[in-house]
Amino acid sequence: MSGLPPLQPNEKLDVAKLLEGIASYRPRRKGWTWRRQVPKQKLGPFEYHETSESLRRSVPLPAAHYFGDIDPQPDCVVTTEIASGRFEDDIRRMRMAAWHGADHIMVIRTAGQSHMDGLLEGTPEGVGGIAVTRKQVRATRKALDLIEDEVGRPINFHSYVSGVAGPEMAVMFAEEGVNGAHQDPQYNVLYRNINMYRSFVDAAVAKKIMASVRMAQIDGAHNANATAIEAWKVMPELLVQHAINCAYSVSVGMPKEDICLSTVPPDAPPAPCMRMDLPYAIALRDLFGEYKMRAQENTRYMESCGREATVSHVLNLLISRLTSADIQSTITPDEGRNVPWHYNNVHAVNTARQALVGMDGLREMVTVDRTSPELVQRVRELKERAVLFLEAMVAQGGYFAAVEDGYFVDSGEYPETHDDGIVRYADGGVAAGTIVERAADYLAPVCQHFGDNHLPDGTAKACDLVGGCTLCDADKVPFTDELDPEDNVNVRLAQTADLRAQGLIKPEVEWAADGVVVVTLFLPVAERVAEFAALELGKAMNLQDPQVIHKQVMHPAEGTLIEMKGRLEAAVDPSTLVIPPRPQVLTDAEIRAFVAERALKVVAATVGEDEHSVGMREIVDIKHGGLEKWGFRCEYLGTSVPIEKVLDAAVEHAAQAVLISTIITHGDVHRANMEQLADLAVEKGVRDQLLLISGGTQVTDELAKSWGMDAGFGRGAKGIDVASFIVKVLRERGS
Amino acid sequence: MAREDTYQTERARLADLSDGELEARFWQVTQQIVDPLVDLARSHTSPSIERSVLMRMGLDSRTCMAVVAECEKRGLLGHGAGHVVWHCAHSWQCAVSEAARRLAAGDGWQTVAAKWGGTA
Repeated sequence: MSGLPPLQPNEKLDVAKLLEGIASYRPRRKGWTWRRQVPKQKLGPFEYHETSESLRRSVPLPAAHYFGDIDPQPDCVVTTEIASGRFEDDIRRMRMAAWHGADHIMVIRTAGQSHMDGLLEGTPEGVGGIAVTRKQVRATRKALDLIEDEVGRPINFHSYVSGVAGPEMAVMFAEEGVNGAHQDPQYNVLYRNINMYRSFVDAAVAKKIMASVRMAQIDGAHNANATAIEAWKVMPELLVQHAINCAYSVSVGMPKEDICLSTVPPDAPPAPCMRMDLPYAIALRDLFGEYKMRAQENTRYMESCGREATVSHVLNLLISRLTSADIQSTITPDEGRNVPWHYNNVHAVNTARQALVGMDGLREMVTVDRTSPELVQRVRELKERAVLFLEAMVAQGGYFAAVEDGYFVDSGEYPETHDDGIVRYADGGVAAGTIVERAADYLAPVCQHFGDNHLPDGTAKACDLVGGCTLCDADKVPFTDELDPEDNVNVRLAQTADLRAQGLIKPEVEWAADGVVVVTLFLPVAERVAEFAALELGKAMNLQDPQVIHKQVMHPAEGTLIEMKGRLEAAVDPSTLVIPPRPQVLTDAEIRAFVAERALKVVAATVGEDEHSVGMREIVDIKHGGLEKWGFRCEYLGTSVPIEKVLDAAVEHAAQAVLISTIITHGDVHRANMEQLADLAVEKGVRDQLLLISGGTQVTDELAKSWGMDAGFGRGAKGIDVASFIVKVLRERGS
Repeated sequence: MAREDTYQTERARLADLSDGELEARFWQVTQQIVDPLVDLARSHTSPSIERSVLMRMGLDSRTCMAVVAECEKRGLLGHGAGHVVWHCAHSWQCAVSEAARRLAAGDGWQTVAAKWGGTA
């Protein structure tokens, strides 16, 4: 369908190829897709109660290797927000996020596009998001079609039907297979200062078009939380904003099941946020039971500490699990300090995946106590305050009058007001005075049009008048290519073409080859001194434009943690790298079975006059992932053990292997030790029954073998390497 | 106007409602607020709405922009930009894309003026 071969997991996505034939590319489906639930799903040794179909390909959670690499997928759709400003970089981020379990990809739009009265074309670069255009949308949808085939699950593509050009965005999105969009006229009015009449008149047409292709709609109420002075007081208003957009959407023909409430737990620690936010979450779900919940994470109280943001988000996820979430959105933990970087997008998706899977079925054992007096009182109170708010709006003269009177985003908890709400005027704002009354002969010869439409008598279908419309006939959809010869994807790709052609490796976080890196430093000085000292150290590290992006006091005098970003103008040519082959290790199960069957024993010691025991402990102890982990019986004789004693112990215990550690190597002591061990084993007639293994920081396999050992292990060797070696040799020998 | 929290006194009229009745009131008042907004939308249009009509007729965004700007200039938006293009295509016996192309270039507006008045 895409005309492109399937993506290969070991190959990068080729943007230039993706753009070939873009003019004729058509979406293969329209509308939103929910995950397919699998009740009582068995994965590895576990049964899950709130999961959906697994992915064909994915990167499981880091700890999954302990559980047979299972990757349970939560029941709800998981969102990631992508905002590089360049669509060609966006799509690589989308692929990474999809491999970690995101199936709702929200593309953030460039600042200022919402005030453009019309559509943009081509692929201009944006600030903090891309310019949403037909070419960008089509190329992204095409990429997502390939990516969803690669991971084996439909991916919902999402952007914004807001701003002054909402109806046009809605048509373009409907034509191009965009699956979900933000649409809420209140957002335009309050946060974009777009004229209120224009916003509501436009919204009706936009919503009707979205509904015609079953696009999921997400509202904008969460912004009231993000902008409120005291977010815990905004709850009654949030209920009101959700209600107005829901009722308006339903009134113009949108099915309730396509309407998603963008709901955020309003608070964060150190407030006792769970006790404050849970009653709100319950009141919301009581009132809006027929609608879908898009649970968003709190951004209001996000600082530059990624750890703090992640903990707040996990508390948000607990609320999702204790109540409900149809879509679990994620916000990157670095949202508080910069444009989200792709690996932080992935971290956020993983926070959701990890927490939701970890809380699988929790509701069966831990339920909200709906009889708790505080909860009962607060849920009721929130609903009553919201009703009082709505009744006051009616008394005021309706929605527009209420906005003019500053009802919204007031810092008081309604009916308390502080007279600091956002005030907009009916004759003010962007595009004021642009709505026009429809005349008695008003006619729109197209389908899915909202409002009075005086079609000629006998017209069966509106678009019959013009021989079909783009919503009925995809072949009628036009395509406009680049309009700006400088600001487009081809020019940007040309700038990094050499790097790609030579396969050079350069760090990046936002755009390909941007060179941005982050370094973490602890500086044993006070905060402000640390910040400026860090910048000097950044220069010493050859970082261009070093900037401190996070600082945290460990103690006012003892020191400060600093995270600093900067650009590293260096690239590595992979052809110059000397990469040793990966040691071949056996699986835990293989080793365990072989060791158990043969009751394998080893004798281990640090030999010569050497008091170091750490290295050998790492190889032997179960606590360090050493040989004991697989069932080897290990006799550790201690430090400074004479060679003769080691061999005697091996014979006494009928061990199959001897491990000696020689760390200190003055005067070739390590060599003498190994040669002595080998010679003595021959003298005692046990050389053939024993594997002789030595280890130490200076030891290499080649040297050890040349001095009579069966193997040597140097710096960085792990228990698994030694265990694999022993099992492999013994298996080969059939002994 | 700043106001103290009067919740305790104002809630008196809601206190006797059951939870179900309170929720019904919530939706009933919401609908009361929304109905006039829907009526406004039903009876009005805007430049973006008219461009969205032309888009659905298969026209590219630049043509939509130009035709709607011409209609606005002549005070014709209330009849519908799609109506204007459709009328011209009909009069000129050509495809809507061709009619829109000519109108976008500033040609043929006399046909429009003949029907709805205004300047050509």
